[in-house]
Amino acid sequence: MTTNDVAAPAGRTGFKPHGRSWRVSRIWVYRLLFAVGFLAFWQFASGRLADPFWISSPSAIFARLTEWVRAGTLQHNLLITFKETIAGFLMGATAGVLAACVAGASDTIRRTIDPFVTAIYGLPKVALAPLFIMWFGIGMAPKIVLAAVSVFFLVFFSTLSGVREVDRKMVDALRTMGADRLRIQRCVILPAAMPWIFTGLKLGLPYGFVGAVAAEMMASNAGIGFLTQNAAGQLDTAGVFAALFALMVVTSLLNEGLGRLEAWIFRWR
Amino acid sequence: MRVCHAPEAVAVLEIAKPAVEFKGVRKVFQSRSGPLEVLRDFSLTVGEGEFLAVVGPSGSGKSTVLNLLAGLDAPDEGVITCNSRFVDGVNTDVGYLTQHDSLLPWRTVEENVAVPLEIRGVPIAERRERVGAMIAGVGLKGFERHYPSQLSGGMRKRAMLARTLIYDPATLLMDEPFGPLDAQLKLVLQAELMRLWSESRKTVIFVTHDIVEAITLADRVVVLSPRPSRVKLGERIAIGRPRSVHDVRFAPAFEDHYRRLWGAIEADIGRPQHDHQ
Repeated sequence: MTTNDVAAPAGRTGFKPHGRSWRVSRIWVYRLLFAVGFLAFWQFASGRLADPFWISSPSAIFARLTEWVRAGTLQHNLLITFKETIAGFLMGATAGVLAACVAGASDTIRRTIDPFVTAIYGLPKVALAPLFIMWFGIGMAPKIVLAAVSVFFLVFFSTLSGVREVDRKMVDALRTMGADRLRIQRCVILPAAMPWIFTGLKLGLPYGFVGAVAAEMMASNAGIGFLTQNAAGQLDTAGVFAALFALMVVTSLLNEGLGRLEAWIFRWR
Repeated sequence: MRVCHAPEAVAVLEIAKPAVEFKGVRKVFQSRSGPLEVLRDFSLTVGEGEFLAVVGPSGSGKSTVLNLLAGLDAPDEGVITCNSRFVDGVNTDVGYLTQHDSLLPWRTVEENVAVPLEIRGVPIAERRERVGAMIAGVGLKGFERHYPSQLSGGMRKRAMLARTLIYDPATLLMDEPFGPLDAQLKLVLQAELMRLWSESRKTVIFVTHDIVEAITLADRVVVLSPRPSRVKLGERIAIGRPRSVHDVRFAPAFEDHYRRLWGAIEADIGRPQHDHQ
């Protein structure tokens, strides 16, 4: 995420003043050194400073990862978690944006529902998992719903503040040109709220992922959450770390994708 | 029907067919420190094809007059007619060029200018053609694909003017459109406005705080009194057309006009306005 904000321009355009590209690549060297140093220390500490039962070791984690990749376990479970997250994210985000547009269009609606929405928002979303598992079983459905609910609130609140911040002058300008409410929503309010929507989406994506994984941990037979829980159940520390590492890679990739989309959408800035 | 409250000016008013009429309009805004009466018993008639300039001390209801006519605000008393229809709700007969920038920042110049045509469902081929012609007409050729943030203040005004003119509204409302621009640019844009106006002869209500600008452009200049405002003076400008924005100030009548208008405004400057009733 942040790493790519720094690195992407240098890589993409090629022509850059020497000082800057040198500084960027120097940072990359430092980052590499930091990662290698950290892993080396971990490897060294394992079995010498701490029991590998608790902290495992990078080599054992790597071995477990390759084993999982060979057997197809990792891909299979990742894909399931990924599907749940994306499906939940799309549902939650769409509902969040639409609900915020409706609430933003009418002051009465907004003020009526405000305390209720805020109260539900205050609940830890994970607390809803047992309910959804009860309703939808242990398949993908409860995970998708939990992911969607987690995403919904963040996108809803963020979009709503965006909708309410819209410059009245633009709205009035379009009204005098004869635009109806729907057109004003589409041509002014939505694009104007876009930065806020994106903030909500960027915040929401990891939360959606958390929702899906948390539901998997409670009751499931597939997914990264299941993999983590299953490894922990067998006291397989390397397996737990391997699953966490896979999670980390996936969230980073998701955020990176969202960052690129954002840069493209806001090219007018 | 009272047209104007200034006794010495009434005689020179000869209004053919009224395009815009305000009759006994009152407008009160609720502000944090109490009600604020901006217009009281405000009456004004604008003839079809007339270029009317509105001047007055700051805080008098100049912009309110335009907002009421555009239907963005509703009067508390009185009636407003525009092209023989009562204004209740947004008035889409007018093109409103506001003081503030209202271009959509996420659209390019051509996409911004096309907005009114999109609203009217003009087919895309015709839209493209009209937008191209209009952009050239306001001198923005070559900047079609630029975003507003890439344009100077003057160019943004031109883009807004293009967007206002493209749907050919019967009446144009302009609220200090050249206010924040530098003096040279102001003259250039005034000249272009004159040219565009003489081609179409639309009814124009032009709010400004610049008396020279008012005399330069308008057929008639009205001066508003301080709040609660009404028309204090109506001055018909006796300078022939076509006018050159550079030469107007040397016309024989200019000095008289300026003196009278300035005299009417000066009397109110620094005088406390009646804010709260």
